[in-house]
Amino acid sequence: MIDLHGFGSQLAIGAAMTVEIALGACALGLVLGLGTAAMRLSGVRMLVGIAKTYTTVIRGIPELLVVLLVYFGSARILTGIAESFGYDDYVELSPFVAGVIALGLTFGAYASEVFRGAFLAVPNGQLEAARALGMSPRQAFRRILLPQVWRIALPGLGNLFLVLLKDTSLVSVAGMEELMRKTSIAVSFTKEPFTFYLVAMAMYLGMTVICTLALHVMERRANLGYRPLSTV
Amino acid sequence: MEDIIERLPEMLIGAVTTVELTLLALAFGICLAVPAALARTSRRWWMRVVPYAYIFVFRGSPLLVQMFLLYYGLSQFEWIRSSTLWPILKQPYWCAVIAFALNTGAYTAEILRGGIQSIPKGEIEAARACGMSPGLMMRRIVLPRAFRIAWPAYGNEVIFMLKGSALASTITLLDITGMARSIIAENYLSLEFFGLAGVLYLLISWVFMRILKIVEVHLSAHLAPAPQVPATSE
Repeated sequence: MIDLHGFGSQLAIGAAMTVEIALGACALGLVLGLGTAAMRLSGVRMLVGIAKTYTTVIRGIPELLVVLLVYFGSARILTGIAESFGYDDYVELSPFVAGVIALGLTFGAYASEVFRGAFLAVPNGQLEAARALGMSPRQAFRRILLPQVWRIALPGLGNLFLVLLKDTSLVSVAGMEELMRKTSIAVSFTKEPFTFYLVAMAMYLGMTVICTLALHVMERRANLGYRPLSTV
Repeated sequence: MEDIIERLPEMLIGAVTTVELTLLALAFGICLAVPAALARTSRRWWMRVVPYAYIFVFRGSPLLVQMFLLYYGLSQFEWIRSSTLWPILKQPYWCAVIAFALNTGAYTAEILRGGIQSIPKGEIEAARACGMSPGLMMRRIVLPRAFRIAWPAYGNEVIFMLKGSALASTITLLDITGMARSIIAENYLSLEFFGLAGVLYLLISWVFMRILKIVEVHLSAHLAPAPQVPATSE
């Protein structure tokens, strides 16, 4: 077997951190994505403009740059705000929070497009029917639209989550001690870069496989109403 | 503002590096993707195994790991350091290009596979019926058709590669991101220069998208609606 020189547990801790960041960013991104998709479909010109700018800008610049911008840029802004309150110390976001925000922003921009497509895929007649039955717009949204949007958006969101899981490695650049950073630390001690980066790669592959399987199960559940009827 | 104008030439040099890295990676990536996609759609299982493993590994792990494995990892082996390829493999520039090419090649292969598999069966049968050899059919029917079908998806991959090229800055290359980071290390103007970098990326991706769109229109000219005669002139 491969000799990890006792760094195995460190890598496992890093992997757990990677999963934490991914889940945090996913939660933030889902909220952002749903919100901006609703804004784009609202028809209010200013909201549409804001949502469009957000998705276009974030999707056009590298994820690494978003991470760097949030991590180092936010420190400047926060320190400035703190100064105006008479507090003259260097203020910065923790790498974890900065990482979750940066990756959440990216996830949200792509999720926004997925949600928008899903909203548009629900036939208008269903909403009209809900309204005709006397549901308020909010009730129709919650009871009719949202459950179907979830089903339609799930494959797209699943792909985005797999991309997000891999993008968590970028947060290591900001000093966050996730799998990638832990691996680099192990490399600097053991001078065996190939072994350790290969192990890290295998761990990422393992996480990808697990997520793919989990997504498969979730899709099956979401599509329960659409399975072929058994002919008795 | 003065700082930005003063440092703009350096940032533009970074932009050239970014475009260079992206285009090289895309070119090598296509060379990998075409055989991989063809083998992936083969009827023989032993032809499918190798491209399947390649695509699985490179799509399933982060680009950063792949690049570090290549750049830092290979130096672990004495026989690589004494090989004739070492002058290339020790340079961060070529390591980045190779890692990017392998990565985008895997994604492109999967996109092309989709294209190949959605070619209507009748077209393949027609090509066979005309007496085309498998090679000729690949060249004249399958690949041109697959490229046309896959082009919009490939366009997304081009933009992803452009954004992925920012990772080159982590192995000391001075692309847009790398240049911005080195300038910020001197003057601490993080917002300004990361912002400027973002603007440059947006501009480049806009240009790329325009070019992709033009090629797409050109590729599917036969599908475009016939030119309309204007109902009323003036």
